[in-house]
Amino acid sequence: MVTVAEPVVTSRLSVRIQKRFRAAGTPPFQLGIEESFSAGFTVLFGPSGAGKSTLLDCIAGLVSPDEGFIKLGEEVFFDSEKKIFLPPQKRGIGYVFQSLALFPNMSVEENASYGLSHLPAADRSEKVERILATFHIQALRRRKPAELSGGEKQRVALARSLVTEPRVLLLDEPLTGLDEGLRQSILQDLREWNTVHGIPILYVTHNREEVNAIGDRVLAIEGGQGRKSGMPGAVLDAPRSAGLAQAAGFENLLQGKVIEQRAVDGVMRVALDATHCELEVPLGTAQLGESVQVAIRAGDILLATHALHGLSARNVLPGTVESLEVRGPLGIVRVNAGARFTVHVTPGAMRSLELTPGLILWLVVKTHSCHVVSPQ
Amino acid sequence: MNIEALLLSLRLASTVSTLLLLVALPLAYWLAFTAWRGKFLVESVVALPLVLPPTVLGFYALIAMGPHGALGRIWRALFGHTLAFTFTGLVIASLIYSLPFAVQPLVASFESLDRRLLDASSMLGAGRARTFARIILPLAWPGVITAVVLSFAHTLGEFGVVLMVGGNLAGITRTVSIDIYDRVQALDYTSAHQTALLLLLMSFVVLSVVYGVNRRVWSLWPSR
Repeated sequence: MVTVAEPVVTSRLSVRIQKRFRAAGTPPFQLGIEESFSAGFTVLFGPSGAGKSTLLDCIAGLVSPDEGFIKLGEEVFFDSEKKIFLPPQKRGIGYVFQSLALFPNMSVEENASYGLSHLPAADRSEKVERILATFHIQALRRRKPAELSGGEKQRVALARSLVTEPRVLLLDEPLTGLDEGLRQSILQDLREWNTVHGIPILYVTHNREEVNAIGDRVLAIEGGQGRKSGMPGAVLDAPRSAGLAQAAGFENLLQGKVIEQRAVDGVMRVALDATHCELEVPLGTAQLGESVQVAIRAGDILLATHALHGLSARNVLPGTVESLEVRGPLGIVRVNAGARFTVHVTPGAMRSLELTPGLILWLVVKTHSCHVVSPQ
Repeated sequence: MNIEALLLSLRLASTVSTLLLLVALPLAYWLAFTAWRGKFLVESVVALPLVLPPTVLGFYALIAMGPHGALGRIWRALFGHTLAFTFTGLVIASLIYSLPFAVQPLVASFESLDRRLLDASSMLGAGRARTFARIILPLAWPGVITAVVLSFAHTLGEFGVVLMVGGNLAGITRTVSIDIYDRVQALDYTSAHQTALLLLLMSFVVLSVVYGVNRRVWSLWPSR
C-alpha cells in the first residue's frame, strides 16, 4: 500500500537551540535541543509539558530561542551569534497546530487558498483543486470550519499547509481524537504526498500507539531535553527516565535501591522500597545504594499458579491476586507481592488459570524486562 | 425641539466616531499585541477620560486651545484663529473624551482572538497587514461596531466638555445636551422633554445594536 520513493530534494533541518522560560508561579523551564532532521517522519515523543510544542514554535519562528541556530540546508532561519532571525512568514514552513486554527470566517476553499495569495488566480485554484482531491475533501469546499467533523477539520488543516509546498512540515498532535482507521487513512495520504515532496516532517505526539503507527524515527523529549533518538522500538522499549517510561506505557514503575552489583553476571539487584521484594535487573550505570525506579510492562510479566523450577527468568515473586478486570481483549490482574504489580493477560488465560481475588500465585519477570530508569 | 442643535450633535458625533476609529484601530492593535512592559501607562492615559470629571478635561482642553495654549498658537499661526469655541475645537476635545469608548472594545476583541489563528496566518506567509485585514478585522468585527456605536453615542450625549471648550454658540457649538439645559433654564419643559426623550430612545437603540451584534456572534461560532 505505502509506496516508498527516493525524495526529490533533501534538505536537512539542523537545530541547536537553548531557550529559558521564566514565568511567575511556575518552575523555570529550559529547552535545550540539538538534533538534525532528514526527509521523512520524525516523531517527537514525550510526556505533556516536555517541550515538544515549544520546539516546534522555535523552528517555526513563533518563539525566538535565546541561543543557537536553526538551519534548513544552507539557509539560516535563526542564528544568535550572527543575529539572524527570519520571521515565520518568510521561512516556508508548514505548521499544523493541535487546535488546527482553521479560519472560522472562511470556507474550506478560502482556508486552503489563503497561503497562495502571491499566485495568479488560475494557478491558485488549480493547486487548491489538487490538494483538496489528495485529501478527499472536494465535497466540503463551501463549508465553514464550524460545519466540519473532527476528522474533516484535520484534513483541511493539513491541506491548507501542504498546498503552499512547505520545505518543512511541523505537526502538533494533528490526529488526536481520531479512531485508528481514520488516522491511518490520513497518514497514508500524507505519506503519499511526501513521496513526491520529500521534506522533513516533525510529528509531535504523546500517544504510544501513534508512534508505532508512524513507525519512523523517534526523538524522545523530556524536561525540555532530547533524551534519545532512533527507531520506535529502541526508544520506546528502553526508556531512560520515569516520565518517559510512563508515557511509553510502562504500567509498573517501582521505587527501589541498588543493593548488589554483579558485573560478571551482567546484573544487579534492586530492593524495592518498603517491601521484602528484590528484583534482578540488567547492570546499568546506577551506583550501589542509589535510588532508582524499575519500569516493567504489564504484558512482560508471566503468572504461574505453582512454584516453578528450572526457569531462565531470574525474578519469581510470590503474591496474592487483589483484583481482576476485563477490558475488551485485555485482562488486567493486580497482584500484591509486597509491591503492587499490574499484569496483562488474555481473558482466556484468566479463566483457565481460574484466577480469583485472594489466590496465591507467582510473578515471573525476565531480567531484561526490567528497565532501570532514573527518578524524575 | 431644536433641530439645528440635533443636526449639529449628529454631525459632531459622526465626525468624531469616524476619526476616532482611525486613531483607535492602530492604538488598540498596539495595546493588544505589544510585549512592552510599560504598556499599562498608555492604558491608563487612554482610560483617563472615564474617571476625569468632564469639566477638568474640558478645562485643560480649553487652555491648550486658547491663544496662550500650544495647540491654540499653532492653529492660529496656520488658520488665523484659535480653536476654542469652534466646531473643530469641539471635535478635538471630543476625540480625547471618547477615546476609551473606542479603544477598549477594540482591545477586548483583539485580545479575545485565538492567537493560533494569527500564528497560522503567519505560517501561511501573510505579513502583519494581511493578517490584520483578512483575519483580525473580520473576526473582531463586533468589537469594531461596538467601538463606533459607543463613541458615537458618548459624543452625542456629552455636556461638560462641550460647555467648557465650545461654549454655547447656536449652530456652531450648541449641541442637544446643551440645548436641553438651556430649555430647562428657560422653563420650557415641553421642548426639553421632546429632546430628552429623543436622546433616550437613541441611546436605547444604540445599546441594542451593541448587544445584538455581540449576541449574533456567539450563536454563529459555537466553536468559540
